[in-house]
Amino acid sequence: MARIIRVAGPLVEADGMRGNRMHELVRVGDKNLIGEIIRLKGDVASIQVYEETSGLKPNEPVEGTGRPLSVELGPGVLKSIYDGIQRPLDLIQKQAGDYITKGIIVPPIDKEKKWDFVPTVKEGDKLEEGDIVGEIQETQVIKNKVMVPHGMKGRVENIYSGKFKVTDTVCVISDGGKRHEISSMQVWPVREPRPIKEKLESSIPLISGQRIFDTFFPLAKGGTAAIPGPFGSGKTVSQHQLAKWVDAQVIIYVGCGERGNEMTEVLEEFPHLFDPKNNLPLMERTCLIANTSNMPVAAREASVYTGITLAEYYRDMGYNAALMADSTSRWAEAMREISGRLEEMPGEEGYPAYLASRLAEFYERAGRVTCLGKDNREASASIIGAVSPPGGDFSEPVTQNTLRVTRVFWALDAKLADRRHFPAINWLTSYTLYTDDLKDWFAKNVGDDFNTMRVEAMTILQKESELEEIVQLVGPDALPARERVVLDVARMLREDFLQQNAFHEVDTYCSPKKQYKMLKTILKFYAHAMGAIDRGMEPEEISKVAVIDDIAKMKYVPEDKFEEEFNKMAKKMEEELKG
Amino acid sequence: MEYKSIIGVSGPLMVVDKVKNVCYNEVVEIETSTGERKTGQVLDAMLDKAVVQVFEGTSGLDTKNTKARFLGETMHIAVSQDMLGRIFDGAGRPRDKMPEIVPEDRLDINGYPMNPTAREFPREFIQTGISAIDCMNTLVRGQKLPIFSGAGLPHNELAAQIARQAKVLGKEEEFAVVFAAMGITAGESSFFRKDFERTGALERIVSFINLADDPTIERIITPRLALTTAEYLAFEKGMNVLVIMTDFTNYCEALREISSAREEVPGRRGYPGYLYTDLSMSYERAGRIRGKKGTITQIPILTMPGDDITHPIPDLTGYITEGQIVLSRQLHRKGIYPPIDVLPCLSRLMNQGIGPGKTREDHKDVSNQLYAAYAEGRDLRDLVAVVGEEALTERDQKFLEFAERFESEFTNQDPDEDRTIEETLSIGWDLLSVLPERDLKRVSPKWIEKYHPKNKKKEQ
Repeated sequence: MARIIRVAGPLVEADGMRGNRMHELVRVGDKNLIGEIIRLKGDVASIQVYEETSGLKPNEPVEGTGRPLSVELGPGVLKSIYDGIQRPLDLIQKQAGDYITKGIIVPPIDKEKKWDFVPTVKEGDKLEEGDIVGEIQETQVIKNKVMVPHGMKGRVENIYSGKFKVTDTVCVISDGGKRHEISSMQVWPVREPRPIKEKLESSIPLISGQRIFDTFFPLAKGGTAAIPGPFGSGKTVSQHQLAKWVDAQVIIYVGCGERGNEMTEVLEEFPHLFDPKNNLPLMERTCLIANTSNMPVAAREASVYTGITLAEYYRDMGYNAALMADSTSRWAEAMREISGRLEEMPGEEGYPAYLASRLAEFYERAGRVTCLGKDNREASASIIGAVSPPGGDFSEPVTQNTLRVTRVFWALDAKLADRRHFPAINWLTSYTLYTDDLKDWFAKNVGDDFNTMRVEAMTILQKESELEEIVQLVGPDALPARERVVLDVARMLREDFLQQNAFHEVDTYCSPKKQYKMLKTILKFYAHAMGAIDRGMEPEEISKVAVIDDIAKMKYVPEDKFEEEFNKMAKKMEEELKG
Repeated sequence: MEYKSIIGVSGPLMVVDKVKNVCYNEVVEIETSTGERKTGQVLDAMLDKAVVQVFEGTSGLDTKNTKARFLGETMHIAVSQDMLGRIFDGAGRPRDKMPEIVPEDRLDINGYPMNPTAREFPREFIQTGISAIDCMNTLVRGQKLPIFSGAGLPHNELAAQIARQAKVLGKEEEFAVVFAAMGITAGESSFFRKDFERTGALERIVSFINLADDPTIERIITPRLALTTAEYLAFEKGMNVLVIMTDFTNYCEALREISSAREEVPGRRGYPGYLYTDLSMSYERAGRIRGKKGTITQIPILTMPGDDITHPIPDLTGYITEGQIVLSRQLHRKGIYPPIDVLPCLSRLMNQGIGPGKTREDHKDVSNQLYAAYAEGRDLRDLVAVVGEEALTERDQKFLEFAERFESEFTNQDPDEDRTIEETLSIGWDLLSVLPERDLKRVSPKWIEKYHPKNKKKEQ
């Protein structure tokens, strides 16, 4: 019989494990702790345990379950809050009280609840894998699509409608002699990507309502982004803002090794926040995975895989899903901790040599795809990963390896955060590789000249940083008039456009149209001011015109009144800068 | 079960052979050949062998006569409300020559992680009477806000002042204080004791003191004992507890010592790869629980080696805690107390704890404006060093003046000065009135009308 022979922190060794498979889920010890096999050597298995191991001792039994670490997929996933291995935290609380103790077994999705199933196929229809057999209204905004599981096909023999539990058969298909019963629940191993037909190009932006992201460094639907930044630079606030406002239909938010109070904030806040598009609570489209820093480290390692598998599940239904992982550095550290305990040869800074490949595998699970199924529905899963580099030093292995596989880099800057410039994204070091892919979309949906405006604004900011070096030496008064206007307009761009107040009811979300108009107003001011200089106006006079105060306040103008305000400002600046 | 089969002693570790049924993290009682008693904990449990860390140090152990007794349970502490007013050593034994306490309960010192769904978000303002904290980096009940300091800076004075003055507005009850000292000097320890005595606070304070010359490894359990006691007082007895822990740098050094004795793969600067996880096990024990009256607010203190905020200890701490208060040597040299450099400081829970009904409606705007203006003034200082003050525009000179006055009038205050939030905000407004009104972009015009000294004078 398999038994424990050694316990050291989250790592347990057991012998008598011949026949058990790599990555198999096991039950460890008298308390039935959950663990996963991560190394096999002869009949000795190394097991990472997803729960606290204090009190575990050699000779206690170990039992294989025959299946890998998996998640249950079905209606009821949304609006849930899970730990790293898909245990609902509210059920844990019911069973164990205010603290998470050991050996708690709770069902990931409610097996008793009955859902209204509406079939979309009829008897005799021919189905292939991924085809939708019916729908369940999972939340107010999301219709859960019940799909033919991977690897099954056939003709519909029976199809039911009415109220069913997730484990009840709702459709029977027969493939030659084989009969398959389909229920609304599937089980999928977390470390294996869910299959798709093909990957597509990313040509639609994931709009977040945050000016620095949408205008300057847009992310595509199905794209990957990294937000690295030292502590206090606003990583978590940025992630929360994205989780609240991005125009994805399903959000999976993974709090991986982060603060307990922050997860509580999300939990308390989301049910009271409303989606600007449909006016329903944001929680209706969200699933939270909370594995705080003091929860077992192995479950932290699993949490990002749990998260991406859930995102892929909703993508397969045809939705645009987005995963926010805060923070992937904690995930990498969990890998390092386990690897250290396995006494593997360390790579850079003690991280395991396979760090780069694990990160790449994870981010590759994002993408805009054609899903399985005859209808060739298109959908996407985007990944936005926060990175917490030690000391804010971007040259460390997790940041560097993440940048190699992500296509958008939103660099948070402690200096900007110190002076309360939020979001503290540095506009000079950040980049996006989606500009070309998204050019057509922006030209068509926002404004013809949007792309050229973006370049112009960027040039002004770039020029500011060059001029600043000179100002450091000679003082601002020594600059020629035109250069001083550049400095003024750059300041305007920074303070009145890039700075965005996440806690202001209007400013927290800014539509692409309003972003366009705001940018246009500033650039118009720039053109007028330059004209005024040519006509002999002094820079001091220009910096005193009243329209500057209007521009400073334009971010707080509600969307419906903006058109009017925009025209007023245009007229005013024309008058004031006649020269 | 008692064993005499010790086969190795190295650094803080002891290896016992031929053992049976040893639990991971189990407590071990050790008796040396001279009869001295020590305590240890199992770090690695194997079929027939166990690696034990010895809290009191391994000197005096031998491989022939030393006895090891495995107690079959993880480390527990006896707790009771009578602990208030008592002083214990770093391992929880009375240090004040008074008898052992009569336990009301025995609790596992490692605790369990609090379920995020059971937490209640902290949003009650704590007035510390210190402007740089109250206005700029507000502390709320249930927060963990560390002080990042350097050797020789007055972090102890600041911590003592917070312990003395902290109160929740409108509520008379005082905080119970749990004080954990790890490797501090006898001088520092007596400073705290005297300060607590002077203000008559001693009977609401529990102290766990591990001095610099006490066993190093004992420091590993000191914060755990303190936090277990705090949890008992807060969540069983309904008290509001302030936990002050100093100095976490010494704690991390002890952790590194054990890690290197175990020949583990080191992370940055020789600290173990699990330093983050280990620290979070202490820091995350702050907070409040829905439906329970008590709260735990933590103020850990750590000295940054070489004043380097990117050193792994402050760095990992900052990633776990809800902000940080940073002390600056430069301000200290200028004679400013408390030498809090507000720019790198942060309180992540501030937004929820301030505003109408909590502090004042203009608090958020004033704080933002003070931040932005002070940052600009500080930048200009560098510029002045190169081009001279005359080269600055009139506007810039005002910002320069503002930065000076901010340090000497707003940050600077007496160690016994207990400013109300109203007083703090009105000093802030006085300073802001130095600046041109159109540069007060962060303040809503409403508040300028209501609180700007210019308009106030008109009213009178």
